Parts: sequence; C-alpha cells; structure tokens
Amino acid sequence: MKSRIVLSILVLLTVVLASCTPAAPAQKEIKVAILAPLSGPVPTFGVMTRDGALAAIDEWNAKGGVLGMKIVPIVEDSQCTPDPAVNAANKVIDQDKVHYIVGEVCSKASIPVSEIANAKGVVQISPTSTNPDVTVGSDGKVKPYIFRACFIDPFQGQVGAKFAMENLGAKTAFIMLDQANDYVKGLAEFFEKSFTEMGGTIVGKESYTATDTDFSAILAKIAEAKPDVVYLPDYYNIVNLVTKQAKEKGITSPFIGGDGWDSSDLDTAAADGGYFTNHYSPEDPRPEVQNFVKAFGEKYKDEQGNPKVPDALATLAYDATNLLLTAIQQAGADDPAKVKDAMAGITYNGVSGKITFDPNHNPVKSATILKVTEGKVKFEAVVNP
Amino acid sequence: MQKVSSQPSPVIHEPKASLAWIGQLFLVAVALLALYLVVSNLIKNPILFTQFVVSGLQLGFVYAMIALGYTMVYGIVKLINFAHGDVFMVGAFVSFYAVSRFNLHKWPETAFPGISEGLAVVIGSITVMLLSMIVCVMMAVTIERVAYKPLRDAPRIAALITAIGVSFFLEFFGALNFVFSPRFIPYDRPFEVVAWYIKDGIHRITEGQAPPDNSVTFSNIFIIIVLASILVQFFLQFLVRSTKIGIAMRATSFDKPAARLMGIEVDRVISFTFAVGAAFAGLGGVLYAIAYSSIYTQLGILPGLKAFVAAVLGGIGSIPGAFVGALIMGQAEALTMGYISTPMRDAVAFTILIIVLLVRPTGIFGEPEKEKA
Amino acid sequence: MEIGFLLISIIKIVAIIAYLYGLFWAMGHSSKWVKIGGVVLGFAIIQAALSVPIGGSTILNNFDSGLLFQACTMAMVALGLNLIYGFNGQFSLGQWGFYGIGAYTAADITFRWVNGDASGLFVVGIGVILGGIVIWLVGGFLRKYRRVPVLSSFTLYLVGSIIAGAVALFIGKSIAQGLVGMLGTAASPGPLNSPIAMQIVFFLAIVFAGIFAAEISFLFGLPVLSLGSDYFGIATLGFTIVVNVLMVNSDTILPFPEMKGGRGMIGIPKLTTWFWAFLFLLAVIVIMRNIIRSSHGRAILSVREDETAARAMGIDIASTKLFAFVLGSLFAGLGGAVYAHYIGFLSPGTFTFLVGFNPMIIVVFGGLGSMTGTVAASFGWIFFLEGLLRVLLSQMGTEAPTWRFVLYPIALLLLMLLRPQGLLGNIEWGFLKVALVKRTELAQEASETAASG
Repeated sequence: MKSRIVLSILVLLTVVLASCTPAAPAQKEIKVAILAPLSGPVPTFGVMTRDGALAAIDEWNAKGGVLGMKIVPIVEDSQCTPDPAVNAANKVIDQDKVHYIVGEVCSKASIPVSEIANAKGVVQISPTSTNPDVTVGSDGKVKPYIFRACFIDPFQGQVGAKFAMENLGAKTAFIMLDQANDYVKGLAEFFEKSFTEMGGTIVGKESYTATDTDFSAILAKIAEAKPDVVYLPDYYNIVNLVTKQAKEKGITSPFIGGDGWDSSDLDTAAADGGYFTNHYSPEDPRPEVQNFVKAFGEKYKDEQGNPKVPDALATLAYDATNLLLTAIQQAGADDPAKVKDAMAGITYNGVSGKITFDPNHNPVKSATILKVTEGKVKFEAVVNP
Repeated sequence: MQKVSSQPSPVIHEPKASLAWIGQLFLVAVALLALYLVVSNLIKNPILFTQFVVSGLQLGFVYAMIALGYTMVYGIVKLINFAHGDVFMVGAFVSFYAVSRFNLHKWPETAFPGISEGLAVVIGSITVMLLSMIVCVMMAVTIERVAYKPLRDAPRIAALITAIGVSFFLEFFGALNFVFSPRFIPYDRPFEVVAWYIKDGIHRITEGQAPPDNSVTFSNIFIIIVLASILVQFFLQFLVRSTKIGIAMRATSFDKPAARLMGIEVDRVISFTFAVGAAFAGLGGVLYAIAYSSIYTQLGILPGLKAFVAAVLGGIGSIPGAFVGALIMGQAEALTMGYISTPMRDAVAFTILIIVLLVRPTGIFGEPEKEKA
Repeated sequence: MEIGFLLISIIKIVAIIAYLYGLFWAMGHSSKWVKIGGVVLGFAIIQAALSVPIGGSTILNNFDSGLLFQACTMAMVALGLNLIYGFNGQFSLGQWGFYGIGAYTAADITFRWVNGDASGLFVVGIGVILGGIVIWLVGGFLRKYRRVPVLSSFTLYLVGSIIAGAVALFIGKSIAQGLVGMLGTAASPGPLNSPIAMQIVFFLAIVFAGIFAAEISFLFGLPVLSLGSDYFGIATLGFTIVVNVLMVNSDTILPFPEMKGGRGMIGIPKLTTWFWAFLFLLAVIVIMRNIIRSSHGRAILSVREDETAARAMGIDIASTKLFAFVLGSLFAGLGGAVYAHYIGFLSPGTFTFLVGFNPMIIVVFGGLGSMTGTVAASFGWIFFLEGLLRVLLSQMGTEAPTWRFVLYPIALLLLMLLRPQGLLGNIEWGFLKVALVKRTELAQEASETAASG
C-alpha cells in the first residue's frame, strides 16, 4: 500500500516536471556561476556581492553579451562555510557545466572552492577573499585558474600604516581585531608590521569576536592607553558599534580602517573623523564610477524604494565579473584555458581603477584614502602600490 | 516556580566519601586563581576595574531581561525555547521601524504641541517600547500555538527541534530583502545618549571631549537598562507571587495534571507564560538596540544563548536565579574581556557554569532535587 | 534538461535509501556468503558509479560524491549522538566539538607527515596509548575506594593525562627526530612518504584521532555526566563553543601555527576515498549494533528507561553513561578525521555550535534509538538540503537561493509536527533489527506529558 503511494507520487512528479521542461535555448549561452553567502552568518555580504555581479552581467547582456553569447548567471548559496561552498562549486561545475565562477566572498569558503576549480580547469575570480592562500597553493605555487579582484592583506595594512604615520603624524597606535576573521586579522598583522618598521609603537592589541556588541572593556583600555590612532580593519557593522561606543566614552583618537568600512550603512555620525583605505571614491568623476553607482541604484532598491548605494562588496563583485567577461572577450572563445591566460595579462579600467594582475594573480591597483566627515565620505589621498 | 527533577539522587546516608580532599583541593585551587586574578587587577587599577564592572552590569541586566523568558518557559513546559532570542531580535526591529520609518517616538510633540521636550521624549520612547512588546507577544503566542502546542504530547526533543526550526526561520526569513533585509542597520535612537564621568563628583561629558584620566564613565542608557530590568524583576515577582494567574503559573509548573484538576486552564497559562516572556524579550530587544545601536537579523542568537546559560546558572525555573545568574555572567564576561582575552570569555563563562553545577546541581537558586513520585 | 537534474536528484535520494535497505538486508542475512557478498557488492556498486565512465561521464559526479562523503561522516557523527542521546538518554550538544577535535587531530598528523615531520603521528599515537594506560591505572586505583566524589576522580585523571601527554610529547618528538631523513620534505618525499605508506599513516591518523576524541570526552564527561539531563546538554553546548574558540586561536593560544587559526588549515592531503569512508561507516555501524545487542547495550538502554530500576539491577549508572558518551565521541572523532581528508581544508567556521545542531536534527529526524533511521536520515538530509534544494532553487532565478534556509526550517517544522517520533520511528532494517529491546521511552514520556499537558 505504502509503496504504491510512493510510486504514484513519483510518477506524478515525473509527469509534472517533464511537462514543464523549458524549450531549448535558441541563442548560444555562456554560464557564469556566482557563489555568494546568501544564508549563513553574513547574508548581507552575499546579497551585495550577487547584486554587484548581476549588475555587470546585465550590462553586458544589454550590449549583446560576450562573443555574441548571452550570459546566464547561476546563483548558488555557499554560506561562507567550506562544506556548502564545496557543494555549490561541485554542483555548478559538474551539473551545470560552468566554466567560470565569481565568488566566494569569504576566504574560508574560497580556498576549498579554488582547489576544486583549479583542478577542474574552471576559472574562478573571487571578488573579496583577501587571504593569500586563495590564489597560491600550500606548495607555494600559483593556482593558474584562480584570481581575485581585491587587495590582499599586506597592501592595505601597509597603506593604512603609512598614512597614519606620514599624514596624521601618529607615533602610537592601538589595534582592534577579530581573530576569527582572516580579513581583519591579515590587515591588522600587516598594519602592525609596517607601523613598527616605520618607527611607531603599538600600545595595545585587543581582540573581540564578530558577534560582540559590547566593546566597553576594550574601549576602556584604549581610553587608558591614549593612542594617536586606533586601527580597526573590520566591516562597517563592527565599525558602527565600536565608533559609536567610543564617541560615548569620549575617546578622541581617530579610527583607521580598510575597505570593509565602505557601505551606505556606515554610521557616518559615529565614525566621524575616521579614515579608511578603499578602492575608489564615490566623488571620483571617472565615468566608470559614476555609471556604476547610477546603474546599481536604478537596478536595486532598498526596502523603502530608495536606490541602493553599492558598498565595497558590490563594487568588487562588479569589477570581478567585468574582469572575467573582458577576459573572455579578449580570449575570443569560451575556453577556460585561454581565458585564464587572457586574464593574467589583462589591463582593465574598472570602478576601482586600472587593474592588472601580478604573478600571484593579485590585482595591482591604487588605493584611495577616504575620510568620514560631516556625514559624508570625502576623498583624502591616493596611494599607489 | 519549581524545578522538577529528572534525575533522582539517593538521600540515604552512606559512609563518608573517600578521597574527597582531592576534588576540594582542585576547587580551592581554581577559586584561588580566579580570586588572585580579580584582586590583583583591582589593586593595580581600581578605576579601570570599576569601569569593567559597569560595562558588565549593563550586559548583565540585558541578559537578565532575556533570561526571564527562558526560565519561565522552561519552568512550565520544560522546553529550551531557542526561538526566544529571535523574538528579542524582532523586538529590536519593530522599534527600529517605529522610530526611523514612522517617527512614532515623535507623536507626543505632534499631538500636544505645547508639551515639554523631556516629557515628550519619555512618552514617545515608552510608546515605542510598548509597541515592540505587543508585537513580540503576538508573535510568541502565534509561535506557541503553531509550533509548540501540537507537540505538547510528543517527546520533549521534538519541541526542541521545532524551536530550532522556528529560530532558523525567523533569522533567514527576516533576512529576505522584502522583510527586514539582511543588512546590518544602524539604529536611530528615539532619544539622545548622555554620558557622565565620575571624578570628584558627577560631570556630564560634552561632545568631542575626552573624560579626564582615572574616571569612570556611564550613560543614561545604562541607567535606563538597570532601572527597567529591576522594575521587570519586581513586576514579575509580584505577578508570580500575588496574582491569580501567577498562582496558576506556579501550580502548572509544579504539577500539570493536578493543576488541571483544580480547574486551571493549563493551555491558557502556558500561552500567558510565553506572552510574558516575549514581552520582556521585546523590551530587552529595544533597550539592547538603543544601547548598541546596530541591528541585524541574527542579533538574537548570542544574547539568547548567554541568557539561557545565565538562567541555568541561577537555577532554571527560578526568577531571582535568572537575575543573579545574568549578573554573574555579565561580570564574568566583562572581566574576562578586560583581563584575560575576549576570545576566552565563553570558555570562562562555561567553566563557571560547570563548576557551579557540580557544586550545586540545580544552579544557585534552583530548588534542591526532589524524588519523583 | 534542467528539470531532468531535478528529477535525478529526487531519484538519487530514493536510490540511496534503497541502497541502504539492500545493504542492511544483505548484512542481516543468515548466510555468511550473502553477508560478505552483499558488503562487497555494496562497496563495488558505488565505487563503479564513482569511477567507471559511461558515455563520457560517471553516474555519480563530483557533486554527488561530495554529498556522499559528507553523508558518510554525518552518519558516523549522528550514530554516535544517537548512542548518547537516543539509546542512553543523555541530551548532548557536544558531538560537534568531538567531530572538530577528530578532524583537526587527524589533519595535523597527515599534514605534518607529508611535510616531513613525523612528530604528529608519534606524539598523538603514544599520547593516546599512554592516556589509555593512565586512565586504566587510575581507574584501578579508584576502585579501591568507595564513593569517590566525581571531582576528585576527575582531578586524578586530569593530572594523570597531563603527565601522559608530556611524556608522549617528549618520546614522540625524539622518535620523530630520527625519522626526518626517511620522510624527506614536501618537495622531495622520502621512502616513508610513498602512496602506500601514506594510506597506512592515514588509517592510523583516523584511528588515533578517534581515540583522542574519546579520551577527551572521557575527561570531560566524567564530571559533566553527573549533572542532570538538560544541565548536561548546556554544558556540552559549552564544550562545542570552547572547542571552536580554541580552533580560532589555534595559532595564538594553542601552539599549532600550521592550523592558522581563523584563517583555516590548508594543504591537508585529500586521502579520503570511498573505500575508507565506506569502511569506517560500516565499522561504526557494526560496532554500535553489536554493542547495543550485548549486555552493555542493555545496560545503556536500561539507564535511559529508568535509572532507579537500573541501579536496583546492579548497573553502574555513571560508568554506563560514560561508556556510551565516550563511544559516541569516538565515532564523532572518526567521522571528523574522514571529513578532514575529504575536504582538504579545515576552518573553524565549520565547527560553530549553530552547525552543531545538525546531528541532533538528524537523529530526531531518523527517530531516537533507531540506527536505520539515523543512517537513512543522514543521507536523506544531505541529499535533500544540499542536493535537491540547491538544484531546485538555482533554477528559479537569482533571488530564489536566498530562500534555501527559509524552506529548510519550514520542512523541519512540518516534519516535526506530522511525525514527532521521527521519519522512520521504530523501524529497523535487516541487520540492524535488535531483538529484546522495546523502545518505551517515547511512549512513556508521551503518556506522561499527555496526562499533564
């Protein structure tokens, strides 16, 4: 009896599913997978990344696609966690037969994905994974198929330290970091290294965890230590909490951070007086920047219907996707082996500036330093690599 | 409320335990180490120590408010209501929408233009809190009806799994773009934060000015949280001890069948318990959001968990226990963050929990185990 | 074609359940030859589907094999938890912590080995052996006394284990020193780094990692198991959280720079094959089933049913609970070790307590105290959540994948509301049918709550 029910349900499902099989596509397609943490601990990062990548794909499709082929995005939820990311990567590679992956956001998910993609000869470009291990294997060799669109940790940390020392005249610095977040940890490590090499002193180094909301213990220590600057290279959510509580505690040392600060949700009142390294300035009159901000705002609205402002994640995803599609265009064929060579030698003018890749497949591009002041993010300086 | 034991322990007088001194030595060693850490730091810099204690108190009083919901629900239906932390999150979000979208906190000014500013802020803020509490109550009662009530006759674990399911659902449904959105949203407070520092009397900190060295700072939010939390405690004590429904709650938690025989509508009492817990979680959510001013859909997970641990520490089912447990948790966390390292804070909190439970198996205020009849 | 994939993923779930049914049926057959043949065939079918290409591609692609390995490790972890919770009645949320310990331990052993450092294997190997001896000796010593408080025995075991660990560290390091030449380096592997030697090291690494997790669980369980059921649950949850904190700080608080803390450990050799996954899963199933059938098993069950009655029957409650807990953690450790060498990368993000609810969900899904249910639910759960739901949602546009973790809890809720006793409830298949045991706990608890609620 039971088995008969199961059987009949199966048959029914088959019929229903078979009847709604879509017609075969007339135009030739090129599939691009987007792996983003749409659930898990940081869904907002995933949504912004996906939106940035889709904005780029829509632009290309509006122009007639790449090599005359329509670009079909395949979005997968990879949860910023190794297992689901690996499953998502295996699924898009083996089941959907994609040759190009944009993603993942977090290094801890990008690393296992990069190993699979590299072994299978699938070009992967991670928009935001800063861990050097993403593009370089444990044997020290570059993974030929893996690229990234963001700075790696050493660069931003160094730029931050240099800026603090030379432009702000800081002699002492206090570092706040999240040990569990490799992006934060990497930036903090290299800031510390550069800062001490240049003759500064680190007067304190305190760690917190990503789920913390109360930073008063650390802030009390900062108030004790009175550093010239506080280095806080985390995402805007933590920055909002920390700077707000710091203001309430009367801490006047300026905060310095990295591109994680770049978001329309940055609390500009709280972070007032802070500086951060970023890929571009929204005030930049270059058409790439202005067009992207406009196009993104037109395509995506927040829950009130106002245009969304792209943050660092959306920008990098947009640039990463554009890099990939440009490389496909230049390679002249839907062939990952050729695309990876084209990518390695690419010169591309993106939102985040002129991008080329170094031998380790890390982008070479200049950093902009922005200042948070009067409720706005203002251009402060450009630092070239 | 009453903790009904699931693990009977023998009360027969047996010969004195041998080798007990080893365990006692161990406990004393651990206690001395902890005492040394605390006292040495207190002597080294008493001002900084006081500052840590103040932040620990703020944390502790927020936990206390959430812990009440856990402890009451557990006391009555023996369910670890994992969705409680997410009710707390919804409370924060409701107040966010009320304040920054609908300007609800401004209504006294529009309705009574002549009203004094201070009174308007107080009434406005209280309205926002009440709204959050009401929404949370409605939600908790719905959750209870839909997800827990049908499982009242099922094994306890089934209800626990649905609680986890509800919790996931609220977090990830809330994270959809058209619900709360997955963003980390800066929270607009319905009133301004004023901070003071204590050094030769109490002085107000003005904008952009650092408090002098060796001073302890605190803010009006700290005072509000402490007052609200204490008020809630007294209210609950009154509710449970002196009202009819409170007596019904205690009776239900003590013995459900007997309570039913006495004419108590057990289902309504359970719903009521969920509602009261949710109301305080909602209030806690608003205060938490005001204090830390950033909200997102997974905001409730950790405070929820910590509050539950606090409730266990204090003796689950006991209202003063939840209060004391939460304060201990708050202090343990703040002092660990201050003097050991932030990552070790959970380790310290759970070590305290395990040691307390080993010495007092039902928590600090838990009623001693009783033989199951 | 896209819909075809969807259909295939449904068929795969049905097929894998049918496969398990067949395997258990064969193993439960009275004839020895059917038993052996069934197991060999069961191994061979999947091995063939994984490796023999038909028309250019294998029947099971990488996506499926990934799910398969994850399901195998999840089944081991969940079986261990079912022993602790389903059969013994101890509500544990610490399983994920032991899983993580097993994963990191085994990964460290093989990672060091391929990089020309034998100390991992020898320190852990000697450590678990010495630890075992110490536990046995201290246990013997404690039996001479009556009613030793749990804290005292814990202190003795703890001190003994620390001494054993220190000795093992010393001996292991010196042995490893002598083997440096034989191992070579990562760039120029020595004779002991050959593929066959690696397989042996891998096997030892898994076993040692499992035993290591078991010994940690012994030390932790000894004091904590004396707490009441829900108190025990929250203490074990604390264990998972603390283990996770230590993983995040493995390069700062703990002295393991190769684990890289929150950055994640890379370069773990991917040694897990279907052979190893199948072997260890089968071993866990057979060991657990035989223990449940033995007198130990009946003691474990009796503790769940009624502690007072069990005590009256002369059963040592504390040691029975500890036995189930340690064995369950051993399985979790084995599962972790197999997992680490499948994925080749470990990050503390995999071992957070929120993910740690998954084994509990699976055990309840499958039915408490049902081994068949646990195994089937492990496979079904992974193939549903990571397989079917993923395939389904990615075809419904770019917005749909955000719904995956909205649909999952809804499915969870519906299942719990419709079948609170778990998907398979009481049913056991073939080999796993255990005589003499009635699962009355649920019925009893149900009637209790029915009377009161």
